[in-house]
Amino acid sequence: MPRVKSRDALEELIGEIVAKRDLNKPCITLCSGTACHATGSDSVADAIVEELDKQGLTEEVGFRRTGCHGFCEQGPIVVIYPEAICYLNVTPDDAPEIISKTIKETGIIDRLLYTDPSTGERIVHEHEIPFYKHQSRLVFGDNLRIDPTNIKDYLALGGYRALARVLHELTPEEVLEEVKRANLRGRGGGGFPAGMKWESTRNAPGEPKYVIVNCDEGDPGAYMDRSIMEGNPHRVLEGLTICAYAIGARHGFVYVRQEYPLAVKNLGIALEQAREYGFLGTDILGSGFEFDVKVHRGAGAFVSGESSALMNAIEGKVGEPRPKYVHTSEAGIWDKPSNLNNVETLANVPLIIEKGADWFGSIGTEGSKGTKIFSLVGTVNNTGLVEVPMGTTLRDIIYKIGGGIRGGKRFKGVQTGGPSGGIIPVQYLDLPVDFDELTKLGSMMGSGGMIVIDEDTCIVDLARYFVDFLCDESCGKCVPCREGLKRMREILEDIVAGRGKEGDIELLEEIAVVMKKASLCALGTTAANPALSTIRYFRDEYDAHIKEKRCPALVCKDLISYYIEPEACIACLKCLKNCPEGAIEGEKRVIHVIEQSKCVKCGICYDVCPPKVGAVKKISGKPVPPSLPEAERAIRKGKKKGGGSD
Amino acid sequence: MVEIDMKVKMKRVDEIIERYKGEEGVLIQLLLDIQSEFNWIPHGVIARISEKMRIPTSQIYRIASFYKAMSLNPVGRHIVQVCMGTACQVRGAPKILDRLEANLKIKEGGTTPDMRFSLKRVNCLGCCAMGPVIEVDGTYHGKVTSAMVQEILEKYE
Ligand SMILES: Cc1cc2nc3c(=O)[nH]c(=O)nc-3n(C[C@H](O)[C@H](O)[C@H](O)COP(=O)(O)O)c2cc1C
Ligand code: FES
Repeated sequence: MPRVKSRDALEELIGEIVAKRDLNKPCITLCSGTACHATGSDSVADAIVEELDKQGLTEEVGFRRTGCHGFCEQGPIVVIYPEAICYLNVTPDDAPEIISKTIKETGIIDRLLYTDPSTGERIVHEHEIPFYKHQSRLVFGDNLRIDPTNIKDYLALGGYRALARVLHELTPEEVLEEVKRANLRGRGGGGFPAGMKWESTRNAPGEPKYVIVNCDEGDPGAYMDRSIMEGNPHRVLEGLTICAYAIGARHGFVYVRQEYPLAVKNLGIALEQAREYGFLGTDILGSGFEFDVKVHRGAGAFVSGESSALMNAIEGKVGEPRPKYVHTSEAGIWDKPSNLNNVETLANVPLIIEKGADWFGSIGTEGSKGTKIFSLVGTVNNTGLVEVPMGTTLRDIIYKIGGGIRGGKRFKGVQTGGPSGGIIPVQYLDLPVDFDELTKLGSMMGSGGMIVIDEDTCIVDLARYFVDFLCDESCGKCVPCREGLKRMREILEDIVAGRGKEGDIELLEEIAVVMKKASLCALGTTAANPALSTIRYFRDEYDAHIKEKRCPALVCKDLISYYIEPEACIACLKCLKNCPEGAIEGEKRVIHVIEQSKCVKCGICYDVCPPKVGAVKKISGKPVPPSLPEAERAIRKGKKKGGGSD
Repeated sequence: MVEIDMKVKMKRVDEIIERYKGEEGVLIQLLLDIQSEFNWIPHGVIARISEKMRIPTSQIYRIASFYKAMSLNPVGRHIVQVCMGTACQVRGAPKILDRLEANLKIKEGGTTPDMRFSLKRVNCLGCCAMGPVIEVDGTYHGKVTSAMVQEILEKYE
């Protein structure tokens, strides 16, 4: 393919690609994000290709492997166009039937359709499934239609048009103005206005200038940046190139973590194709503008996602933060003005250029414009990636889209903002989610992780988990963060182990104040959030652990015991056989008993006890009842057993 | 035999170094390539990089010990990574880790004496919707339960 040398040539190319595509030709798409790799998307792909070949349909039917569709709970997902028939949880064995029935005879295979759990109704089309219906997928939507390794798919949807417009129609100042007017705020954590950051980098003295994409995504529980990078890398590159033009940079970096091999791979392919077509390199689209991008793989350190640390890493140094009084927009990589943006932030840029700041500003809330992609995970029914306008309520996200809490459990809270965010309790379910509202509640937007927790999660243990995470990830350079986190971890470990004492909570709060004031980077200044927000909303759980040595969620190992209820036990041997420690005693027709001294509380007995029986119980805060005398443990034939209750 | 092995290995190392020669700020990328090639970073290799790239060994050790993705100890034939990210955490990851530790009789970070398995905890594998997730040699296993652990391990000789 020769380089595209002008705006007209781009239009011509797009026209050609679109003209060659017959929208009525059946096309099978299969999502192939990482989550679906985990559920066997590769073997489904092989089966479909083989079957198309067998039935002699390779020519007449298109087949495309796309990026993540977001509904990862139900993957692998097959969508058949033009009707957009959506099949979920597809296995290789389904391939022959999909082709002979749906492709050849336009028949629907009922068992592969989505079933509405509340009404039992089956839903045929993708956009009618509640998970998708209530979203507005402005940034993420194209993932469904693009094979990320084929630039033509991106071009067919009008890709690189925004870049062409910028290069040929707008001055860098005008681009800045547009992005500022759109009030695009950073999606990577801080919510800082992108236009302002671009402007300060542009105005900072020093050459060359650098632009960088942050695809480190160290926030555990969040994977939207990965899914965009894997599924639609050209969109990020287009956004980055526009940013480079506005700032006056000729060199860019993509910082992507090594743990995301598919993202690294697809990005590499995209870069090659973009260079080949002349969307990167010298004289881009005949405008005289020159820009190219290098990939830097991150090596697995949470703190390296912080802007100054990330720039250190790009220089080949240890990825530790620098003191914040030097702004990276003035002195970043090799002390040159550098602009860092998150993947999702940049993926919004082509959209703003194409549709205008006014349009963008019409979506969202007063202070937060546009949409946000959330990684809706944890104990919710429909886990996956969810894109909604800023200001959508938590209730809509968790119940309308997420389908509520799994297993009919009680909703307890939702954790947002990553490890240094906070937990929002049930009374704020009707809160419109945007940058400012979350901050008011002591949490934050972060990069968009939304981890739903139910009654089976212990809040104190979760706070301990975050503090432990941050303690491990603290680079240790500054004392408040390094020592403060260690002390906090000790205190929380004591509380969950039943060694908590009066005054612990106050001590945690005191440490938090110092860390907030005196830490070097945002990791330290926000590290106390998980403890503070849980104390604020769930103090009674702390008190139960400290004063009563009781874990209300029945999680903390040192505070719970497993116990088999003799009235419910049917002596089925299941728990006994599965117990790895041989701690369960009994035999057929003899009620089982856990020997408490041998029990390691792994919970396997609890998991394998048939739900109807439910004889294995967890108890906390009270002693285990004495076991029945030997003589009373025999179950006589014909004796009616009472079923277990929960 | 060992001698030849060493030679082949150093030849690979030299090839990897060659990719980066003369560029600035490439040490992390180079070490990541070494890590993917051998699954760990042997001391002899560090000396070689130091010599060829003219970087002090202390600086190389500093980087290799800072990053989670790099290992300075030999690892087993199969690497089991347990996700301890938040999404997996609230869906029972700690129990899975406990079970792996008990079945393999090693702690996380360790390697079994027969060099069959190394066990690592990681912060997020990016398949949060499938939690709890473990990854063995690049293959992801989602929605793992304690009872499934042994079955998964048995697939790897
Ligand atoms: C400890 C720490 C870790 C961070 N990790 C990430 C990350 O993984 N991805 C990201 O985009 N931003 C991360 N950030 C935020 C970045 O410092 C930076 O603000 C952001 O990438 C800027 O992009 P934005 O303005 O487009 O959001 C992190 C910040 C801190 C303090
Ligand atoms: S939290 Fe386990 S894969 Fe993300």
